[in-house]
Amino acid sequence: MGRDAEEYGRARCGCIDAGADGVLERNRSNGEMGSMARKNLLFRLIAAIGGAVVGWIDGFGRFFVFSGHAILAGPTEMLAAGGWRRLMPQAYLVGARSVPVILVTGAFVGMVLVVQGWEQFDASGLADRLGAIVNISVAAELGPVLAGVMLAGRVGGALTAELGTMNVTEQIVALRSMGADPVRFLVTPRFLACLLLSPLLTCYADLMGSLGAWGVYVFVKGGDPEPYWRYTAEVVEMWDLGTGIVKAFFFGGAIGLISCYKGFHCRAGAEGVGQACTESFVASFITILALDFCLNIVLNTLYTVWYGFRSLIM
Amino acid sequence: MDDHPIIEFRQVSKRFGQQRVLEGIDLSVERGRTTVIIGRSGTGKSVTLKHIVGLLRPDEGEVYFEGQRVDTLSERELRPIRRQISFVFQLNALFDSMSVAENVAFPTVQHARGRLDRRKLDKLVQDCLELVGLSGFGEKRPADLSGGEKKRVALARAIAIDPPPKVILYDEPTAGLDPQRSDVINRLIRNLQNEFNVTGLVVTHDMKSAEAVGDRILMLWNGRFIADGTVAELRAARDDHVRRFVEGVAEPEDVRNLT
Repeated sequence: MGRDAEEYGRARCGCIDAGADGVLERNRSNGEMGSMARKNLLFRLIAAIGGAVVGWIDGFGRFFVFSGHAILAGPTEMLAAGGWRRLMPQAYLVGARSVPVILVTGAFVGMVLVVQGWEQFDASGLADRLGAIVNISVAAELGPVLAGVMLAGRVGGALTAELGTMNVTEQIVALRSMGADPVRFLVTPRFLACLLLSPLLTCYADLMGSLGAWGVYVFVKGGDPEPYWRYTAEVVEMWDLGTGIVKAFFFGGAIGLISCYKGFHCRAGAEGVGQACTESFVASFITILALDFCLNIVLNTLYTVWYGFRSLIM
Repeated sequence: MDDHPIIEFRQVSKRFGQQRVLEGIDLSVERGRTTVIIGRSGTGKSVTLKHIVGLLRPDEGEVYFEGQRVDTLSERELRPIRRQISFVFQLNALFDSMSVAENVAFPTVQHARGRLDRRKLDKLVQDCLELVGLSGFGEKRPADLSGGEKKRVALARAIAIDPPPKVILYDEPTAGLDPQRSDVINRLIRNLQNEFNVTGLVVTHDMKSAEAVGDRILMLWNGRFIADGTVAELRAARDDHVRRFVEGVAEPEDVRNLT
């Protein structure tokens, strides 16, 4: 009995020892698994970031190849039979059809700037100079940017939707199967229309912005029209108008290329086309702001180098 | 007559991401006959057609047209090949911004590259529209046409090249059409073959259409050809997948998935 009890006790202890070992083993293995899971998570995170970066670089590469193709095809397309026939309808859609909305937007921008600035300028006794500040803002900055944004919304979305629908209904593949170059045939005329007409639309926006501001300044705030134009003529230089037009070229070209690229590469189905339109507008909008920032740095530096510092508050 | 196959695939494989669509297929298309590829949706029938005109490139294997390897050619080098092959797309792919006549004239205008006799072109377009029974439709827009009429315009466009193409590729030519309009399209495909001695390669899952137009029928299953013969030979095939497809009977696993 005593020996049995001793053996039983030893066996129990053995069991307990074995159990303790098992628990330790399990804990150890749990620890290893936890460490492995953390490693796996880290690897997955690095892989996801790497994949996203590679995807971005790949996307940019594709976009630049696509853009280069569309730009280089420009002279060939313009000299080809039917090239002008393909450009003109696009010019009408991008340019003529956008004029009303650009006029309204431009006018309101000028009007709002006078409403916002009047009290501050009036309180400082500088109300006469308000026209100059508003007009330089419109000509160099707000005119091209807002015309660009309106173009991205009105024209960019339509271009993406049109080309996206052509893509999902196999029309783009059909063009290739018939030996046509779809980029030259579809993208180049749209790109050229955006590139060439965006500066013209910007001129309309500038004009209406100036007139809208003048209207509020004179008829609502009771300002004197003579100093409004005199100070404007003194402050706003051809450089400022040129700056706005140069920016408009870049914005128009970017909108045309981004919208067409998104349409060409949209996923199948109505959802794919819809998503491409959204992406097209967002990408165009961000590109306009980024380009505006970069162009401002370059153009302001050039101005300072060539003409020196200029003070707008005289 | 030249005995060499007009189109040839040698061990062609194609995958999209992880999905293997074609797995080393071999195919020889005989000149002047209509070959039909049947198979379930998503088995790579359209993918096979697109390899012939360089719209897709194989991951492995070689594709030949008239003895010339085409899968390695650039877009520019493919132009003379594409001049000899017309493609009738499943969704017709008519250009919405053009009239019916402009759509039909498009391949000729494109291939002529500026050297064009306008009167000759108008005559060609009229003849082609007449051939498909659409005289007087030239000024209409694709949006104004019914599904069957659009398909007939697509057929007219496929043959509106002077001289006519050597091969016409048909991607699901009767998809979405009622049986009577399907019959019209099948007869047109037959007429085109008889009139112009064009080689036809049709992909379809419509057995009635395959039977009506095909001299030879191949069946594609999981990226490989599992049957090759006439409709009668396919009906008598031992392979269960072939017989089930020809008779229009669902696969057991598809039925099981329903319950």
